[in-house]
Amino acid sequence: MPDSREPDAHARARKIRVHCEINGRATTLETYPMARLLDVLREQPGLTGTKEGCGEGECGACAVELDGALVNSCLVPAMQAVGAKIRTIEGVAGGNSPLRGEPLHDGQLSAIQQAFLTHGGAQCGICTPGMILAATNLLERNPQPSDAQIREGLAGNLCRCTGYTKIFESVVAACRATRPHAEPRR
Amino acid sequence: MRSYVPAYELQAPRDLSDVLERMTREPAVWKPFAGGTDLMVLLEAGKLPHRRFLSIWKLAELRGIEETPTYVTLGALTTYTDLRRNEVLAREFPLLCRAAAETGSVATQNRGTLGGNIANASPAADSPPALLVYEAALELVSAGGSRWVPYHGFWTGYKQTGLRADELICRIRLPRATHGWRQYYRKVGTRRAQAISKVCFAAAARIDAGRIADARIVLGSVAPTVLRAIETEKALRGEKLTPASLRAAQEVLALEIAPIDDMRSTARYRRRVALNLLAEFCEMLSA
Repeated sequence: MPDSREPDAHARARKIRVHCEINGRATTLETYPMARLLDVLREQPGLTGTKEGCGEGECGACAVELDGALVNSCLVPAMQAVGAKIRTIEGVAGGNSPLRGEPLHDGQLSAIQQAFLTHGGAQCGICTPGMILAATNLLERNPQPSDAQIREGLAGNLCRCTGYTKIFESVVAACRATRPHAEPRR
Repeated sequence: MRSYVPAYELQAPRDLSDVLERMTREPAVWKPFAGGTDLMVLLEAGKLPHRRFLSIWKLAELRGIEETPTYVTLGALTTYTDLRRNEVLAREFPLLCRAAAETGSVATQNRGTLGGNIANASPAADSPPALLVYEAALELVSAGGSRWVPYHGFWTGYKQTGLRADELICRIRLPRATHGWRQYYRKVGTRRAQAISKVCFAAAARIDAGRIADARIVLGSVAPTVLRAIETEKALRGEKLTPASLRAAQEVLALEIAPIDDMRSTARYRRRVALNLLAEFCEMLSA
């Protein structure tokens, strides 16, 4: 979308270089300091799996991990990603997720992604990258979440298709798949 | 309408004194920028009033939670996630942890800061009612030194504070004097998660021999600023918990708040909910 506001010639920021690590790969982005991380990720390395929904931190479609913390990338200025480790949806399949005992081989889906496929957790797909990142981040912090903790972990991600039940069930199934012997918590 | 991104400067000074020096040299030019959960929303809406920002997110001087026997002191960059994970806060200042848990979502809680919530000065913010119940004090720093001010009275009007253009909120201090207080927090919004409140109610009281020895009652979203209901507190102080004393206090509260109709709710609904929450608080005290 083109910017609609007139540029102010007297207050024009210079582009900066943002050295960071994206999905395990050292990368340098060149952009304006206040550019949204969301746009820079989509436009420069071409990681278009991260989606724009509301653009104001309400919907979670643009969720990524920044130094291990779940963030909405529409609210992160590019300059604050200097030196950061970023994980996007493209880094989940075949990624080094501690949710499995061994690293995933190239392109292999994570347990959560597989569960979304098996249990119909994705329909139109716009919210799915954010949902998967939110669920992945939750299970890495808390491998045995209660139902309430799963709901809370996904509460910042809006979906207009599924009615949420299938997404919730996918995450419950992924918990079972990654810890088959654990007692479910209620 | 989106903002034209190249028109906005964002720099990251290496330490706090560098930040303060720039804010003194060019007051009202540079605005501190932490987790961006408020400011980036304004950027996207094309409503960001400032053009030049100093990123303070990485400044260690503004982080950390310290405990002494008399105070818990929170760095201004303490995030909602930090608040939720702190055991001393969970034990002694549960309203603050509750407010943190009810603010936005996980992603918001990872980036939003207590100092930002205070500086943004929204009457609908979730943590200020809890901070006012605990009679928090703020440390404001500038290149010229620092001063402590009570949080109560820091607001001067809708989204206005007593923070000078060269000052930064550095720390928030809570007196460790909550022992024996019964505490209550409830936020009423459109949904349980990720909502901006229609009414927020934080309160605490000490009961002695069946009477309310002391009470603190703070409401959000019912006035131009977060409101400590001093008159309602007075109405309850010394009273027994009876239907009559509750009704009297509700009458005082109805006059003390000034809710409005806006996109989130109506004045009428807010007034009704505020009085109901006072009733629920008193119910909790008598249980």
